[in-house]
Amino acid sequence: MEQEVWAFSDYLMLIVSAVFINNILLIRFLGNCPFIGVSKKMDTAVGMSFAVIFVLTCAGPLTWLAQTYLLEPFKVAYIQTLAFILVIAVFVQFVETVMKKVSPPLYRALGIFLPLITTNCAIFGTCILNIREEFDLLQSTIFSFASAAGFALALVLFAAIRERFAYARIPENFAGTAIGLITAGFIGMSFFAFAGLVK
Amino acid sequence: MGLAKEFTKGLWSDIPPFRFVLGICPTLACSTTVKDGFGMGLCLTFVVAGSNIIISLLKKVIPDQVRIACFIAVIATFVVIVELATQAFAYELYLSLGIFIPLIVVNCIVLGRAEAFASKARNPLHYSIADGLGMGFGFTISLVAMAAFREIFGKGTFWGYHIMWSGFEPFTFLQKPPGAFAVFGLMLGIMNLFGEKKEM
Repeated sequence: MEQEVWAFSDYLMLIVSAVFINNILLIRFLGNCPFIGVSKKMDTAVGMSFAVIFVLTCAGPLTWLAQTYLLEPFKVAYIQTLAFILVIAVFVQFVETVMKKVSPPLYRALGIFLPLITTNCAIFGTCILNIREEFDLLQSTIFSFASAAGFALALVLFAAIRERFAYARIPENFAGTAIGLITAGFIGMSFFAFAGLVK
Repeated sequence: MGLAKEFTKGLWSDIPPFRFVLGICPTLACSTTVKDGFGMGLCLTFVVAGSNIIISLLKKVIPDQVRIACFIAVIATFVVIVELATQAFAYELYLSLGIFIPLIVVNCIVLGRAEAFASKARNPLHYSIADGLGMGFGFTISLVAMAAFREIFGKGTFWGYHIMWSGFEPFTFLQKPPGAFAVFGLMLGIMNLFGEKKEM
């Protein structure tokens, strides 16, 4: 693990890289099922984005703590997969229960996305990346948030384009998911323009 | 439906990920080379078949309200087995698939088969095994087909061997992430020409 202290600009680099250069949806290929599934309408896309930002920003540090203070001291890092999915599932269930009690309007807006989030590979994948990249607690929190922001950006851009499909004449066989995937490829290409920005 | 039919439906009429657009992430990420695609397909086959067996055996014991959590625990156990096995016996594959091995846990195909097939009372154990193997092999075939296209035209190789003529200029776009989306979209559209189209 690297010992040098991170300067402010390093954190900024981390954010820019997670949002634009290694965008979690388009370049790292994590969380593509909800990307295709909830992007047909703008409001569901926005709801999903906020749910992911919230859950990921909390789940990232939580799984980091679980890894550092539970799995590693007891030398059971090989059950990381099992442990992380349990932490995420329990956390999501907890948020759902609390949200239902404390803020019904928020629950109505985000509630239906929460069960989907447990099996969202963006969440799980970022938690694993935090460990594999050997981030510390602050870095993994920032990385989790930035990844989720990248997810939100790509999802909202994609939903905006996809809403226009209603007015376009698309060959019958390509209508729906197929044209969506090709569009995602083009959005991904535009994200490549950022590639020279960091390192 | 007969046993053979449960197996073969995963190979064509219900072939993942084209007929059900599920498990997109590994499809896109692990199809840059045929070797990766094939390895990923086999890992997934093992997990689907294994979790289908256990869930089919336990379906009477698992309470309905907490079934998803139980399924995920079973699937995660098989994924840990795959993780440790590839680390021990196929380290190169373990490195090239990277985080996509643990991510099999959240692959919707596996959970989808557990929920839609193995946990149903009307499907006996041997049907669940046939279903799991069929889906796994179908996924392997899709990944290899996609990877073959991307590797041959994007790199000029197949399974690491050069097969194109010497002056061939590879389309590196196909090897890049946007290329994966485009190829998958095109293949999906072409697959829709044959057989009935199923929207998620």
